[in-house]
Amino acid sequence: MLEQLAQFYAVYGSVINFIGINALLALSLNVTLAAGMLSLGNAAFAGLGGYAAGILTIYFKLPYVVSLCGGALVAGIVGLVLGLPVLRLRGVFLAMATLAFGEVVRIAAVNLDITGGAEGLTGIPNVTKTWIIYLTLAGTAYFMAVLRSSKLGWALVSMREDETAAACLGIHVTYYKVVAFTIGAMIAGLAGGMYAHLNYLITPRDFGFFIAVDLLIYNIVGGTRIWYGPILGAALITALPEILRGVGVTAGPIRMGVNGLILLLVILFLPNGLASIFARVRPAAAKAETA
Amino acid sequence: MNLLAQQLVNGLFIGSVYGLFAVGYTLVFGVLDILNLAHAAVFTLGGLVALWLVQTAGMSIWLAFPLATLFAGLLGLLLNQVAFAPLRKRADSQFSGLISSIAMAIIFEAVAMGLFGARSVRFPQGTVSVHIWHIAGVTITSLQVGIVLVAALLMVVLTLFIQRTRIGKAIRAVAESERAAMLLGVNVNGIIASTFLISSALGGAAGILYGLYFDALAPDMGRSIELKGLAVIILGGMGSIPGAILGGLAFGLSEVLTVAITGTSNLRDAVAFTVLFAILLIRPSGLLGRGKMREA
Amino acid sequence: MNDLRVNNISRSFGGLQALQGVSFDVASGNVHGLIGPNGAGKTTLINILSGVLAPTSGEVFYRDQALHRVPAHRVAAMGVARTFQNIRLFPTMTCLENVQAGHHLTAPRPLLPRLLRLPSAGREDRELAAKSRGILARVGLDAKDSHLAKNLSYGERRRLEIARALSFRPRLLLLDEPVAGMRRAEAAEVANLVRSLAGEGMTILLIEHNMSFVMNLCSRITVLNFGRVITTGSPEEVRGHREVIEAYLGSGGHDA
Repeated sequence: MLEQLAQFYAVYGSVINFIGINALLALSLNVTLAAGMLSLGNAAFAGLGGYAAGILTIYFKLPYVVSLCGGALVAGIVGLVLGLPVLRLRGVFLAMATLAFGEVVRIAAVNLDITGGAEGLTGIPNVTKTWIIYLTLAGTAYFMAVLRSSKLGWALVSMREDETAAACLGIHVTYYKVVAFTIGAMIAGLAGGMYAHLNYLITPRDFGFFIAVDLLIYNIVGGTRIWYGPILGAALITALPEILRGVGVTAGPIRMGVNGLILLLVILFLPNGLASIFARVRPAAAKAETA
Repeated sequence: MNLLAQQLVNGLFIGSVYGLFAVGYTLVFGVLDILNLAHAAVFTLGGLVALWLVQTAGMSIWLAFPLATLFAGLLGLLLNQVAFAPLRKRADSQFSGLISSIAMAIIFEAVAMGLFGARSVRFPQGTVSVHIWHIAGVTITSLQVGIVLVAALLMVVLTLFIQRTRIGKAIRAVAESERAAMLLGVNVNGIIASTFLISSALGGAAGILYGLYFDALAPDMGRSIELKGLAVIILGGMGSIPGAILGGLAFGLSEVLTVAITGTSNLRDAVAFTVLFAILLIRPSGLLGRGKMREA
Repeated sequence: MNDLRVNNISRSFGGLQALQGVSFDVASGNVHGLIGPNGAGKTTLINILSGVLAPTSGEVFYRDQALHRVPAHRVAAMGVARTFQNIRLFPTMTCLENVQAGHHLTAPRPLLPRLLRLPSAGREDRELAAKSRGILARVGLDAKDSHLAKNLSYGERRRLEIARALSFRPRLLLLDEPVAGMRRAEAAEVANLVRSLAGEGMTILLIEHNMSFVMNLCSRITVLNFGRVITTGSPEEVRGHREVIEAYLGSGGHDA
């Protein structure tokens, strides 16, 4: 039994690691989505965290954990500074501003020497272990689950439902937006740091616009309204190529098409994501609806 | 000096393609307040289908161009029917529409990859006969001139169409207020469908011109223009057609000038996105926006 | 004592003058009505009083604190709650959750004890739920506590909005058309609720088109027309005021 498990890990270890990191990234976006903000900047925050952690490890010879925290801190500080002006924007305009920010970060990474240019920052020791990823994921998931019942969590959900009404109940909307944005940036930065220390290298391509879109897809497919939704979505979409290979489908276009089809079906027929199949998000409310 | 003039001319050519792409992009946003992220995938399929018509069906580009443009327009109808119409009544239709357009973009790109392969392909030699002119040290090809003329023609036709025709007026009415348009007896669903038809046809046409200009077509070529298109329509003001045209030209020029000045293509997009970011913070309605900012 | 002093408030939108030199006082513990034909500027005024809009000029004082140009969340912190003409509930929350969310200013709900699973967190949540059910009971929605707000009837949504506004124990309550679309019996219940709130010392300013509701409930009434105050007085004074009658008849005989 143990041997089979070891064999399974030997084959699928890297997929398992990426599921964990993608789930963490999905959760980082979920903090802002929960407050009704559509950010496409979280991939860039992950990139910032990854580069910062990598640089701290390579050039400053700092221990792994310290580098990771440093990466998260850098991402958080940039998130705070960016959040203050950007969060006045709403809806697609916020999405665009964060997207433009992400592009600026990517272009900077391509052009700076310390980030290794277009080839990326190489020679980062691969010290991220599977248990570290999943311990962090568990901690973050627990944090997100508990957050909902706190003053901050109630404020964020109220803002998502109706910003003006929330403000008239005494909720300082801008403050809470910046807080949520910064927390999301820090989680993304942490995930980015672990990614950099998993992969030997980190390149500008790892955190572009389409990665930001992927994070959004994880959230939508899994569901944004409950903490395990983004994890579910990230796990499914990340494992999808392996699952398809298992049933004999290896063609790239089909894999991609299935990806798109899942997203389309979920947004059309399951607006609260796959999580709403596994457990009704609100059992009591669901009963009331049919009553 | 000549080098600069040459760069300016090049920027004008590529800018006109960006403008054509962005006009369709901004049209849908102006009418529906929805960002159609599948627009770039339609752009790609337009180009690839034109290539197929020329290469496999043996058509002349002059026949393939309108046919592929029409095909792209039909893709727009499909997009509307599958990805947008079912969500229109939802409270969060702006957000869910964005998501379903991403889904359609992925599906379209997968189809493009399945049908045409993942590699970059090009129009057969001699698809268009190319003359080269040297004017005051600036090199201009007939292909470039043709691209600018076609792009300009399409944009002029669109502008006249929106301003003068009955359907154009109805489109503007729906953009102003769907409910008011309905009360005035406008068939809102029909108008939205025609908006998608027009928008996607223009996107497809831009894809064909782009493929001819760069002499390369690939299933993922929409990816690079996706972001540029977004930048252009914000620059020009979301929903503004003249804004999208000017934004496209400005973006094309900024690209070539950045490369010319820095001497490296790595910084090509840096100026544009930095400007875009600044505009969003200072004047989110864009340079020529009509201040339609219900959401901000 | 005057709770609320509105002094020479003006507000324009582009070229449109929505309010022009509006002044009146609302006495503490009073139910004060704000009436006028559609487009008179009533909702604009409520938006200014609650900090959602800033006035173009003029001042508002609430218990001698300046309230104009104070953002909405700080107005709420001063003890001012409101409802909305076009009902702005939290649609995908249940009734109970709407009221719980309304406790932002009064319930600390700290994060750390919750992360550590301290018993104090559970206790606070249970107390808050009980308190919120009590507030729902006041508006007659206790039986529907687990229904989603978006699935309620129109009148129920109006009542839930009042419940949410009451959750942080405001001292001044601004009600924008609280009984619009309600049947007579339901409106009478809301009238009773407003009376009992005033009896507890709460000051209430309400906009309403239902004239019998306003005349029976309010001790003072301010009449707006085209952004100006026509008069402020007792229901009898207002009813007999020549300009008020003209304003209403002139606007085509309003739904009195």
